[in-house]
Amino acid sequence: MFVLFCPHCGEKREEEEFGYGGEAFIPRPATPEALDDEAWGDYLFMRKNPKGWHWEMWSHNTGCRKFFVVKRNTATNAIAGSWTLAEGRKAYDAEGGST
Amino acid sequence: MRKDYSSWSLFTKGLRHNEGWNPAWRSAEPKPSYDVVIVGAGGHGLATAYYLAKDHGVRNIAVLEKGYLGGGNTARNTTIVRSNYLWDEAALLYEHALKLWEGLTEDLNFNVMFSQRGVFNLGHTLQDMRDIERRVNANNLDGIDAMVLDAAEVKRRIPILNTSKSARYPVLGASFQPRGGVARHDAVAWGFARAASKYGVDIIENCEVTGMDIANGRIAGLETTRGTIRSERVGCVASGHSSVLAKMAGIRMPIESHPLQAFVSESMKPVLDTVVMSNAVHGYASQSDKGELVIGAGIDHYTSYTQRGSPHIIEHTAAAILELFPMFSRARMNRQWGGIVDTTPDACPIISKTKVKGLYFNCGWGTGGFKATPGSGNVFAHTIARDDPHPLNRAFDLARFSTGHLIDEHGAAGVAH
Ligand SMILES: Cc1cc2nc3c(=O)[nH]c(=O)nc-3n(C[C@H](O)[C@H](O)[C@H](O)COP(=O)(O)OP(=O)(O)OC[C@H]3O[C@@H](n4cnc5c(N)ncnc54)[C@H](O)[C@@H]3O)c2cc1C
Ligand SMILES: [Zn+2]
Repeated sequence: MFVLFCPHCGEKREEEEFGYGGEAFIPRPATPEALDDEAWGDYLFMRKNPKGWHWEMWSHNTGCRKFFVVKRNTATNAIAGSWTLAEGRKAYDAEGGST
Repeated sequence: MRKDYSSWSLFTKGLRHNEGWNPAWRSAEPKPSYDVVIVGAGGHGLATAYYLAKDHGVRNIAVLEKGYLGGGNTARNTTIVRSNYLWDEAALLYEHALKLWEGLTEDLNFNVMFSQRGVFNLGHTLQDMRDIERRVNANNLDGIDAMVLDAAEVKRRIPILNTSKSARYPVLGASFQPRGGVARHDAVAWGFARAASKYGVDIIENCEVTGMDIANGRIAGLETTRGTIRSERVGCVASGHSSVLAKMAGIRMPIESHPLQAFVSESMKPVLDTVVMSNAVHGYASQSDKGELVIGAGIDHYTSYTQRGSPHIIEHTAAAILELFPMFSRARMNRQWGGIVDTTPDACPIISKTKVKGLYFNCGWGTGGFKATPGSGNVFAHTIARDDPHPLNRAFDLARFSTGHLIDEHGAAGVAH
């Protein structure tokens, strides 16, 4: 059971209030028609799925219903923090967009 | 060469208080190089090694395991075996496995306790029943045993099932596959290990693959916690850890690893002589030969490698099981655990060559690969030995995620398995 901090509500709540949104910061290609099938398939289906730190989205389903970003270690379930999408993007980029 | 097990050997060893049994397989030290290396000593990896040796005459094989043999999902699953999938590609692959299950105990000379007690998939809505009829018809066209049963017949066969019309999700009927059932999961790993070991396969435990040596687009060897091992053919069969291995080769996988939990109750008198699954209520149960209820449901939604899940999933699972079997409300659960399952977007496996020559992946079995163990090893061995897929796994290539030829089995895979 995770306790997640929703940066929109400013509160810690139990996991059951949230929905998992998968890997964060997968940019939708600006010109899909310019991609070949492999690049499009990569965008649609391929995932980092790391064993370690993972930037991921959660949505506060039974609260404010907004998405936010969590950095969590998938090997230990340790949580480094929660951010709004915009703030999280900055923190993610500052790390070099790794893992 | 180890002696075969027989009634006579059981009897005579029994007279001597079961002393004097030899270890079932040889524990090997890594050699500097092999013709084929299999990564992952779960059921699928061991089956691959066995069929490589038996059917394709490959002798110099190693199976590397980071932990202990059969300690992954092979030992964590709820052992349901069936082949009633919707699409031809999947149904024929699982049916290939089911046919091998039917002769596996004899073939391996190891009792895998395969018990064809039948599998029910319950329908609770009109749409469920339409889907069930469609799937049963598709199965029959593929030569797979399957039938549609109405609620009264389901009740007759499973008296303890709640078929009351006032149930929140009343049972309207079911599909039934008589040849489906369960098997002893550990025995499958041990049986394949013993049979492969007889052919000289080196089974190397506590040996984690940590890196891949790739030169000019070909695999040349592996870095492991027990040194470098050279091999020009490597098959990765690492279930939940497949993305981690693929990353070592610079390959991206359409896989997400999720915890899947299971539960076992205290032993009880026999009450359930078959396997019951429900997609809509989202749970499934069978009773082991020891009398324990073996129960499971859906995955934890987040990705994780922790081999444990969240408690609220337990609560949902218990609620689903009690909806189906109210009389289990007093059953005490003895054990609970999680395994890490490698889920794919179409709920179908990947049994494939890769862009790295000599490197093959067999993964993505997600919540339902135990039933495929012998078939999976069989077609993967063919793929590695010939550097070309078996006709039954051609459709399960990684390329389907760019061609768009997905094999959508979310309906038949439904509640995990
Ligand atoms: C709770 C639960 C219930 C399930 N119920 C069913 C069911 O009822 N029916 C069904 O058909 N399926 C079921 N499944 C799915 C089934 O268990 C799996 O699909 C199947 O066991 C996968 O087989 P495997 O041999 O590939 O996996 P595993 O047994 O997990 O083997 C993979 C091995 O690879 C090793 N490995 C990983 N990384 C490395 C590395 N870097 N170096 C060396 N070794 C490595 C692991 O330690 C592991 O032993 C269930 C799964 C779970 C978790
Ligand atoms: Zn909120």
